[in-house]
Order: sequence, then structure tokens, then C-alpha cells
Amino acid sequence: MEQIQILKDREKQIFEKKDGGAAFDLSCETTSLSGSVSQRACVFCGSRVVLYPVADALHLVHGPIGCAAYTWDIRGSVSSGPELHRLSFSTDLQETDVIFGGEKKLYASLIELIEQYQPKAAFIYSTCIIGIIGDDIDAVCRKVAKETGIPVLPVHSEGFKGTKKDGYRAACISLMKLVGTGETDDISPYSLNILGEFNLAGEAWIIREYYERMGLQVVSTMTGDGRVDAVRKAHGAALNVVQCSGSMTSLAQDMEKKYGIPFMRVSYFGIEDMASALYDVAKHFPDRPDIMEKAREIVKSEVETLYPQLQKFKAALSGKKAAIYVGGAFKTFSLIKALRSLGMSVVLAGSQTGNSEDYRNLKEMSDEGTVIVDDSNPVELSKFILEKEADLLIGGVKERPIAFKLGVAFCDHNHERKIPLAGFIGMYNFALEVYQSVMSPVWQFAPRKGGQK
Amino acid sequence: MLLRHTTKEVKVREGLTINPAKTCQPVGALYAALGIHGCLPHSHGSQGCCAYHRSMLTRHYKEPVMAATSSFTEGASVFGGQANLLASIDTIFSVYDPDIIAVHSTCLSETIGDDLQQITKKAKDDGKIPEGKHVIYASTPSFVGSHVTGYANMVVGMAEQFAESTGEKKEQVNLIAGWMEPSDMREIKKISKELGARIVLFPDTSDVLDAPQTGKHEFYPKGGVTIPELKSTGDSLSSIALGCISAEPAAVALDKKFGVPFETVDMPIGISATDRFIMALSKAAGVSVPDEITSERGRLLDAMTDMDQYFYGKKVALFGDPDQLIPLTEFLLDLGMLPIHIVSGTPGKRFEKRMAEILERSPGANFKNGPGADTFLLHQWMKNEPVDLLIGNSYGKYIARDENIPFIRFGFPIVDRIGHSYFPSVGYSGGLRLVEKILSVFMDRQDREAPEEKFELVM
Repeated sequence: MEQIQILKDREKQIFEKKDGGAAFDLSCETTSLSGSVSQRACVFCGSRVVLYPVADALHLVHGPIGCAAYTWDIRGSVSSGPELHRLSFSTDLQETDVIFGGEKKLYASLIELIEQYQPKAAFIYSTCIIGIIGDDIDAVCRKVAKETGIPVLPVHSEGFKGTKKDGYRAACISLMKLVGTGETDDISPYSLNILGEFNLAGEAWIIREYYERMGLQVVSTMTGDGRVDAVRKAHGAALNVVQCSGSMTSLAQDMEKKYGIPFMRVSYFGIEDMASALYDVAKHFPDRPDIMEKAREIVKSEVETLYPQLQKFKAALSGKKAAIYVGGAFKTFSLIKALRSLGMSVVLAGSQTGNSEDYRNLKEMSDEGTVIVDDSNPVELSKFILEKEADLLIGGVKERPIAFKLGVAFCDHNHERKIPLAGFIGMYNFALEVYQSVMSPVWQFAPRKGGQK
Repeated sequence: MLLRHTTKEVKVREGLTINPAKTCQPVGALYAALGIHGCLPHSHGSQGCCAYHRSMLTRHYKEPVMAATSSFTEGASVFGGQANLLASIDTIFSVYDPDIIAVHSTCLSETIGDDLQQITKKAKDDGKIPEGKHVIYASTPSFVGSHVTGYANMVVGMAEQFAESTGEKKEQVNLIAGWMEPSDMREIKKISKELGARIVLFPDTSDVLDAPQTGKHEFYPKGGVTIPELKSTGDSLSSIALGCISAEPAAVALDKKFGVPFETVDMPIGISATDRFIMALSKAAGVSVPDEITSERGRLLDAMTDMDQYFYGKKVALFGDPDQLIPLTEFLLDLGMLPIHIVSGTPGKRFEKRMAEILERSPGANFKNGPGADTFLLHQWMKNEPVDLLIGNSYGKYIARDENIPFIRFGFPIVDRIGHSYFPSVGYSGGLRLVEKILSVFMDRQDREAPEEKFELVM
């Protein structure tokens, strides 16, 4: 396609920051236009990614086989112990089940699985057709919980009932049923829960270690390297620290309402945000200046090591341009800062699920000429990457081959990252990955940026 | 711990599937539709379906995979998805400008009763389909069959909805591709060219999902069967279906509608199945087999005989899709190996029958397909009777690691290795590639594990 045009109805979801340009009113939080090649997923996907890392729980997908097959161990959420979450369990509904209902099959499957694996809890995901055929999964879950003595939690994640964000919400509602059911005797007043950290490539371990070095007790991580028992006593923590704000803010809000636990939003990407995440938490415990003291020590020693290492990358990457298209908007903020610290500018920034406030903040942060998009598609992404002459795209699985076809470097900042990108060491890894891709010798053989060398 | 979840004792399960050896219909329909030039596949259902299918195909091919979605909402599921599909057709033609939209349904749209035939007819009547453009469809409910069924249904859609009869026969043979890789389709075309046979191959994902790096993102890559080619299939002398599950239904459709006679052969994997394919095509096209092909066969046979001692008596477990498993099992037997455990999540009596015939040469072999035939069951069988080799898609790696046995990736999806989209498994050269791969994993293992005194240079 030589001429790439913007879909008329998409105009409101695209904004280019210019002096005296149109008033900023980016449309977002809408469902995608029918017929678009959207990069978004569904409610079920949202629930599945949030709950999946709870490693000692059973995750049973109630529906036809696809939903279970496509989410079988595709997310590198690492566990330090049990790995029951990495198996794929499905009721594999057939035509007769759709006609006569799948409750019996669900019940039988649950009993079989719980007997076989003795999980600490079970999450039952409702898929599209469950919402249509009207299986009462709540009733089945109650029955099985009663018979087996473990929490059996329905997740109302019918794919069509909203967006991926509604799936996050459904997952949080299920988690909230677990929170508050455990003992809190051994929990210190200097404690916290790490929320919205999924332990991709072991990132939660890095963050946990920082907080522990500061003298804080980490009660639970939700849900990276997650354990049912830890979630059950999460209400005993003094503070909720929420990353990936889109997915878990609602749980933090619910916990604040019910248990009076305050929460703060943080990000662990980039030096600036990582340091703030430690300082902000330390500030929450003003009666313990030693916590702040330790936070300072950590930041100082980590940055002292990291800063010189980054210079080589910065020298090579200075002046290069990046495009960012990721799931959540909050991550975009951190990435902009992290890229700037490498001397790079951001020419395209977008997300699948940002809200109006996110996009206003994004606009504030952005340089002149930066294009901001919500719920984009491959045509648009290609168009802006070429027009803005980006050297790098940061995205997920579906964006990667588009970048490579365009002859543009790529960094996966989604489920398929292979190395931790969070924390100070994560900033080093991030810089290294960006550097390796942008500076790779393979590009000398490849037509780039639309075929112009 | 990951690897320790499979219990040795095989118990009857009531419907529960663990670690499936299949996925759902729509992804197959989407893959097939990518084998038409200038086609944008369209998923009539929730947004997630389309995202998952595109992600899975992208992981398998490392290529951009384009498809649109009706983006069902709560309203659509109450009032029906007709408005969504009509709006989609509008959007797609005005923005993405394909020549064809290939719509497939999902469990959601099927359950609420959307009728794709009726809706596409309405789109046509309402003038939503521009002159010279096309919308085809296939019904692919996820709760019936598997991804293979979905592929077959979309290929039937191509045959039924495109083919025409001018009343004048064309000197060409339809080759209907079962679910195979772009590399395999390229190889089929190469063989046909060497034979001098005039063919129409459909679908054809070569040059679509193995597109070169050009600095451009081609929304519609240059490959794929064209509309004139598809139209002409009604006038062909005959059809050869490559695979009784994924290809034959389309051949039947062409026979019924236009009286194009057909023959079904197995997908040409291994020496015997390739022999049968070459014979069938040379007969149908009225051409003789050139020396080139005979020599290629000779080279495969040479490797088979040279290395026979390493294959003989080795036990194999395999899982995957029916049209590949049939000839692959046969090839393993031809090599002197013993396929003893086989599962496929795809249901179907045809498959059962063919496998039963082939497995007569491997007495006592375990075989199961359809619901309950998952990789968990396969692993249980393997724990009860160990094997020397596992063949299957990437999900086999858990089992291979647990059992510490050689593993060859074969089938769909392969998300942790490359090669399948570049190097064929079909034809004699594909057979040679399989021989090399099997030998390599055996010998690598031997080199790794042999005690020093038995560590050999010459093998």
C-alpha cells in the first residue's frame, strides 16, 4: 500500500503534538471499531494474564479448546516453586455441551483436577459462550469449594463483555475474595504488597530484594511468583505498591476501602522511576529513617555501577528515534524517560488500554511532533514509523515482525521479554537489548525504512 | 516441578483436557485464508480470538499476520452480530482495501446464531461489496472439530464460492493443499514444475508467510492463489487432494458442483507417500516422471539405506495433525522405526481407519484421536512404555525434557525454532530433511551420553 490513510473513525484516537494544534481530546477506553485490525485482545485475555502467575493454583478454562490452547504457558511468569500454572486445563466444550450446558463437565473436571493436584485454590475462567449458554459457574464453584475445602473462584471473563481492562477487573474481583482469608500474625507494620508485577523473566525477585534490603517485609507479590497463601494474608500489609496501573489499581482501591491499606503507583523501569519507587515507599514509613537511608544506599550503589556501563550505549544511541506501542500507558511514561536517558527521543507513543488521564500525561511528557495513539493497528504503526523515521519499535509479539520487515530495530517489552527489564539491572539489560538491535550488523544487508537506505 | 505433573496411571477423564494436542477451528480458517492473494481474513467474534490467532501464527512464522475482527460487544451478543459484520465489511474495504475478505465464525457468533451466508448476501444486496471485490465465508465453531477442521472448512469455502464452470475444460489439475507449511507448498509447486504438470495449488501461503525482508511491510504480500486461478478450478481436468481430512472436503465440493473428478492422496511426507503423489499427479496431468525426480528419490533412498542401522527398531511417540501423522507414521515404519504412541486432538473416523491400516506394521501401538487425546495422555503412555524419540509441535518440549529423550519439532505450532517455513518436509527432499533431523538428534545424544571408550568418531 503506497498511500496509507487513516481510518476516518480513528482520527479521534490519534494525536500529533504541535504548537497551537487542535485541543487535546484523545478518544480512548472505547471498544475497537468493527473491521479494524486491532492489536488488542479480550476480557478473558486480561483476566488470564493477571491471574496466570499464581503458581500453586489450578487454572481451569471453561469453554471450547482455543482459549486454553492459546494461553498455555505463553507468558514467562517465573515461579520459584510450584508450576501448576504452566499446564493447560480445559473443559474442551463440544457441540452437545453447548446445547445441554457444560456445568456437569465443569464439575467433573474440577473434582478430578483437585483430587489429582491438590492445588491451594482454583480459578475458573468463563469464556464467551459460557456467557451465552448461561452455565451457572458460581453455583458449581460453590459446590466444589464446599466438597473439596479449597477456595474455588469463578472469574467472569467472557470475552465480549468489555475490553481487556474489564478482564483485569474480573481478575481483581476474584483475588479480592482470597484476600482477607489468611492469618496476619507474623506481619510487620513495615510491610507491603507488590501489586501489578508479574515476574516476567524474574523481575519480581529483583524488586522484592530491593524492598527487603530496605528492611521491609514483602507480604505478597500479585501475582508474579504468586502463592495463594500469600494472597490470603495480603490484607495484613501496611502498604500496596502498584505497578502496571491498568491491571491492579482496582484491587488496591478495594483493599483500601475494605482494609484501609493505602496504595501508591510506581514503575520499575528506568533509573529515575526505579529510584522513585524505592524513595516513595521509604517516605511512607517516616518513623523509620533507616528505611530511607537504605533506599538511598541501594540507589547510590546501583547507579554507581550502572551509570558508567550505560555510557557506551548512550554514545551509540544518541539522536536515534523510538516508537513505543505497548499494552498499558503507564509503561509508556517510564519508557520515554528511560529512552531519553539513553539520548533517544520518542516519536510515537501509544497503548492498547490507556485512559484519558494517561494520555493527558503522555502529551505533557512528549516532545513536539510526537504522535500519540490509542488502540492502533499495523497500518498506522507502519505509517508513523516510516514518516517519523523511527530507528526502534518497542512493542509485543504482533509488532515485532512489522518492525523487522520495515528494517527497524525492536525490543519486546511485553510477555516475551527474555531478560528482566525492571530494576537497575533491568535498565542495563534494556539498554543492551536496544543497543544490540539498533546497532546490529544485519541491518547493513537489509533495506530499511521503506526501502530507502 | 513443571515436568512432574504427569501421573503414570492412566485414568478415564470425564471430558477434561490437559495440555491439548489441538486448538480451535478459527485459527485454521485464518491460516487457509492467508493463502489467497490479496485476502484479509476476518474473525467474526470477540476481539481476543483474532488477537490470539494472529499471535500464534506470528510466533510460528515470525511474520506479520493481518486479520480483522468484528469486535463483538455485549450488545452484539444479544442482538446478533449482523450489524458488526456489515460495519466490518465497510471498514475493511474502505481502509485496508483487500480484494477479498474471508470471514470465519467463532464459538460466540455460532452460538448466538449468526448466519454468515445470509449476512454476506445482505452485504452484497446492500451494495457494501465494491465491484470486483469478494467476500467469502466459512462456518468454524470452536466447539466442533479442531484447527484442522477450520482449515478444511475455509478451503471448501474457496472452492464453493469462487470456482466457476465455463463449460470448457482447462488442461490443468487442481492441487488442494492440506494444512502444510509455506515451504511445503513451494516444494509442491517445484515438483509440479519439474514434472511439467500444469496445476492450480490452493491455498498457497508461500510468499505470504515466508516473505523476504524488503524494508516494507506489505499488507498483502505477493504470494497466494489468485482469484482467476480459483475461478478456473471448476474447469480443471481433475483435483488431487493432499490429505483426507484437511483437503478432501474441497475436492468433494468441486466434484459435486462442477463434476471435477478427484483423487485423494496422503500428504507427500516420506518416500511412500511421495511416490503415490508423484504417480497421481503424473497420471492426472498426463506427464511422465523426469530423471531429476527419479534421482532425487534415489538420493533419499540412498540416505535411508546408508543409515538404516541407526533407525531400526527405535520406538517413537508422536502427536499432531491427522494429515501429517498418517504419512509420517508410514515413513517411520519405512525406516524401520516403531511408532508406538500416537495422539491427535482432531476427531474423525477417516483418520482412525487409515492409522489402523498403517499401524498393522507396529503391533500393540497406542493410538487415540478426538476429545481426550491430548499430550497428557501421550506422556502417560510414554511413562508406561518409554520411547527413543518424540515428534510433535513445540509443546512436546516439556515431555521430551522430562523423559530426557530426543525431540523433533514437527507440526503446528513451532514457536521455539525456525526452519519449518523455509525447508520443506514434503517430497523426496523433505524426506531427506526428516532423515537428517532424526539421525542428528540420535547421534547428538549418543555423542553427549556415550562413555569415553564408546565415544566414536565415525558414525
